[in-house]
Amino acid sequence: MSAVDVAAVPMTAKRRGAQLVMLAFAVAIVMVAYASVGLGLNGQVPAGMLGYGLGLGALMLAAYLVLAKFAPWADPLLLPLVTLVNGLGLVMIYRIEQSAPKLASASNQLFWTALGIVMFSLTLIVLRDHRALQRMTYTAGFVGIGLLILPLLPFLGKEINGARIWVGVGGFSIQPAEFAKLALVVFFAGYLVAKRDILALAGRRLLFIDLPRARDLGPVLITWVFSVGVLVLEKDLGTSLLLFGAFVAMLYIATQRTSWVLIGLALFLSGAFVAGQLFSHVKARFDVWLDPSDPVLYERFPGGSAQLMQGLFGMGSGGILGTGLGQGHPNLIPLSFSDFIFAATGEELGLTGLMAVLMVYALIVERGLRTAIAARDPFSKLLAGGVSFILAWQVFIIVGGVTNLIPLTGLVTPFMSQGGSALLANWILIALLVRMSDAARRPPPQAIQDEGLTQVFQR
Amino acid sequence: MSELTLLLIRLAFLAVLWFFVIAAVGVIRTDLFGSRATAPAAVRKPAKPARQPAKPKKGEPRQLVVTGGPLQGTIINLTETPITIGRANDATLVLSDDYASSRHARLFPQDGQWIVEDLGSTNGTYLDRSKVTRPTPVHLGQPIRIGKTVIELRK
Repeated sequence: MSAVDVAAVPMTAKRRGAQLVMLAFAVAIVMVAYASVGLGLNGQVPAGMLGYGLGLGALMLAAYLVLAKFAPWADPLLLPLVTLVNGLGLVMIYRIEQSAPKLASASNQLFWTALGIVMFSLTLIVLRDHRALQRMTYTAGFVGIGLLILPLLPFLGKEINGARIWVGVGGFSIQPAEFAKLALVVFFAGYLVAKRDILALAGRRLLFIDLPRARDLGPVLITWVFSVGVLVLEKDLGTSLLLFGAFVAMLYIATQRTSWVLIGLALFLSGAFVAGQLFSHVKARFDVWLDPSDPVLYERFPGGSAQLMQGLFGMGSGGILGTGLGQGHPNLIPLSFSDFIFAATGEELGLTGLMAVLMVYALIVERGLRTAIAARDPFSKLLAGGVSFILAWQVFIIVGGVTNLIPLTGLVTPFMSQGGSALLANWILIALLVRMSDAARRPPPQAIQDEGLTQVFQR
Repeated sequence: MSELTLLLIRLAFLAVLWFFVIAAVGVIRTDLFGSRATAPAAVRKPAKPARQPAKPKKGEPRQLVVTGGPLQGTIINLTETPITIGRANDATLVLSDDYASSRHARLFPQDGQWIVEDLGSTNGTYLDRSKVTRPTPVHLGQPIRIGKTVIELRK
């Protein structure tokens, strides 16, 4: 977009200045948090602060420049908000590494963040028009299913902590399900654009809800079978809930029919109930959810409530204002750097800090849904809606699990938890949102002359 | 490091965190609460004001009138529900026209204006003289041509 174009189109509202200021603000907060951890731990600013802070700042500046070049109309808030949660995650992992330096590794996470930014930039550079994804609807569907099945293959798949969701590639293990969810959202969006009229219109009215025809239940049943399959074969409650929820939500966005939500809920609850009766690992989660403070369950290993209770104790001792960064005991919570990073954050930042973090997530989702509303074609509406929903749903599942609102399912807190695959996948997800918000906010091409059969457009 | 300093750092950090959230809300204030003043809205929302000059402020269309073709004179009152046009029996406006597809086009309200969308018809939908390739806003009195039928929105 050259300067001439900007002059010809009078109402420019890229708000890039605001974006840069907010980005700098986010990086500054992360650096302050970093310093605060050091002061809390041993009374001095950590030596690596400038290195980490400037590293994060340089990464985000690079991401900003790519965004300004390749998606100039994109939403000004997405990148700063994501930067903040990602940076806070880095700080928390660094903090946990200081007191329990076994598995947590902040430098590793910084490396993955850098890789995430590279993926973000690549997605923006390669994918100039997100509607190209619509042509790959079924390819995306097969890729998604393939990625889901990958961990089940012998030799390739690995079982860690009871869940078979990892694939070993060289020295790394990656979680293909994280990428599968992206491919499947693209597939759902493309598929529903093509079929939504049938799913929305056909059917009859019963009492107060519009019921769809029995034969139109096919897609929702197939997705249900798949998510139950993931639950049973890979023992991955989180992904199962994530995928099915995403499909039902997108079905609702596409058809505006409440009955789909009710059908989806009924299917999932019945599936979860039956799974709870049949499989011990699912039943263990239910028991823990219903009565986590039971001493028998607390002592039980594996599948006890010790981890959940430690998380709750942590958040409890944090209280309203928290113990302060570097002054809590996150090392007492097992896996506090990944699944339970939210509880660890809650201990040190308190309810006030947690609410701020949740607000940041809410704002990211709001920007995504706003993009869906502003989008001009149905595919982008569905894709933006689905992508933002999946982010919100993921936060809900893990935060709900950690706070014992719903049964705990192992799922990463987006951008905060330590884990390369999730970070990469979520940065690609944000790149998709940025790409779509760029398309949605870009002013429509202006006709240079008023009338005539041949119209000349300025792009 | 004294307890008091740490306490102050802790409170200051939380305040800064919330200040960030509030600043972020400030950036997007206009589309959260709607724009009270028109001037900032024109700066911030490029897409919509661009269309405003073409749409006279006569209020929203209330009726869909068939002005040409076999169904000439038919009037459909517009509500909030989308209108489907085509040869299928469940369409709102059922056309018996060989040039129309069974689910030909759809008209739906969005943000106070009506949008026409072609549903992949064989012979296309025309707004004025241009073919509808993507959902396009329809203004009062603009003819939409589907096969032999011409419809327009009226107050």
